[in-house]
Amino acid sequence: MAKTIVQEFTKGLWQELPPFRLVLGLCPVLGVTTTMENGLGMGIATTFVLFGSNLLVSLLKNIIPQKVRIACFIIIIASFVTIVELLMQAYAYPLYLKLGVFIPLIVVNCIVLGRAEAFAYKNGLSHSMADGLGIGIGFTLSLGALGAVREILGAGSVTVWGDMSYNMASAFPSFQPFSFMVQAPGAFICLGLMLCLINVIGD
Amino acid sequence: MNEMVKMVVVLTVLASVAGGVLAAVNQGTATQIEAQQLQFVKGPAINKLMEGASNNPIDDRFKLTQGDVERSFFVGNFDGKTNTVAFEAFGKGYGGDIGVMVAFNVATDKLKGAAVTIHSETPGLGANAKEKPDLVAQFAGLPVSDAVNVTKDGGQINAISGATITSRAVCNAVSKTMKIYQELKPQLQQEMQKFGK
Repeated sequence: MAKTIVQEFTKGLWQELPPFRLVLGLCPVLGVTTTMENGLGMGIATTFVLFGSNLLVSLLKNIIPQKVRIACFIIIIASFVTIVELLMQAYAYPLYLKLGVFIPLIVVNCIVLGRAEAFAYKNGLSHSMADGLGIGIGFTLSLGALGAVREILGAGSVTVWGDMSYNMASAFPSFQPFSFMVQAPGAFICLGLMLCLINVIGD
Repeated sequence: MNEMVKMVVVLTVLASVAGGVLAAVNQGTATQIEAQQLQFVKGPAINKLMEGASNNPIDDRFKLTQGDVERSFFVGNFDGKTNTVAFEAFGKGYGGDIGVMVAFNVATDKLKGAAVTIHSETPGLGANAKEKPDLVAQFAGLPVSDAVNVTKDGGQINAISGATITSRAVCNAVSKTMKIYQELKPQLQQEMQKFGK
């Protein structure tokens, strides 16, 4: 194996940063990033699922028959998603209300199935765990960043988590919220601009 | 043949284990989830409507079944009398169902107030139905009648600008609670007496 565990972890943070470098899993990226808190919450939920499914798929890779592997992956992923959904309802109910249907939709997020199929099924346990964690954290940071940009422009304030928030009105009293940015078309434009920026930096 | 058996066995075992784990997690979180729903969805609205009540309206609740729908009713004591009851109805908003908790004064047949519980409206526009009091404050003190409407539809409620659909949905939900209130009033009074002190 050419890459070390550290390399498997860090590649998810830049080289294979899911929404911006791979341009994968865009449905939640566009849907939930109306605020930074939503983006981070969605990212953490996805990270949990990615880590869990990578771990189990890698552990069971010698037992799962080649022909039914996709069905097995879906069972594993769907179970983790349901666990996340229940835990979120029990311990972070306000966040669950905001994310709504996007939590069950993690099942069909192509990043999660993609990592199981392309990585965990072929690699060892420790590498798969590092890969899942790295990609998950990269996804979380991307969603958080996109959410922050949209929230600052669209609502004039930014809430990091719970009560930790910053209101633009205190620093720029003349700032008018640009509510287009928190609506669906704003998500596309914002994502496009950030993709452009990241490509420029990447080159 | 051997491979076939292996596929069936692996899938069956995997699905059964997953089912067992999920059932356990579901059971483990059930009570916590119910408590969270009361606290975060209905709780804030009830506390706002029942401010100054001498009892705890969230604890003093009862359920009534109308047709095949079971509803929760929350009872408030004011000025030594058990005279206020609150319950929830839903209207179809711009982004999905909007829940509105409405409190009624049983003695005067007037609305004590209304508050939005859940919604998925646009932030900055429809979401102001919950964030700002402008819309819901207009319901306080209205007499129980057949329906309330926004001014655009010939009614008495000023809609939130840019969020007519949301405002209509809230009016719709309030109208539903008034209808339920009129239908169930005798039963409500009977149940409420049990909470009198």
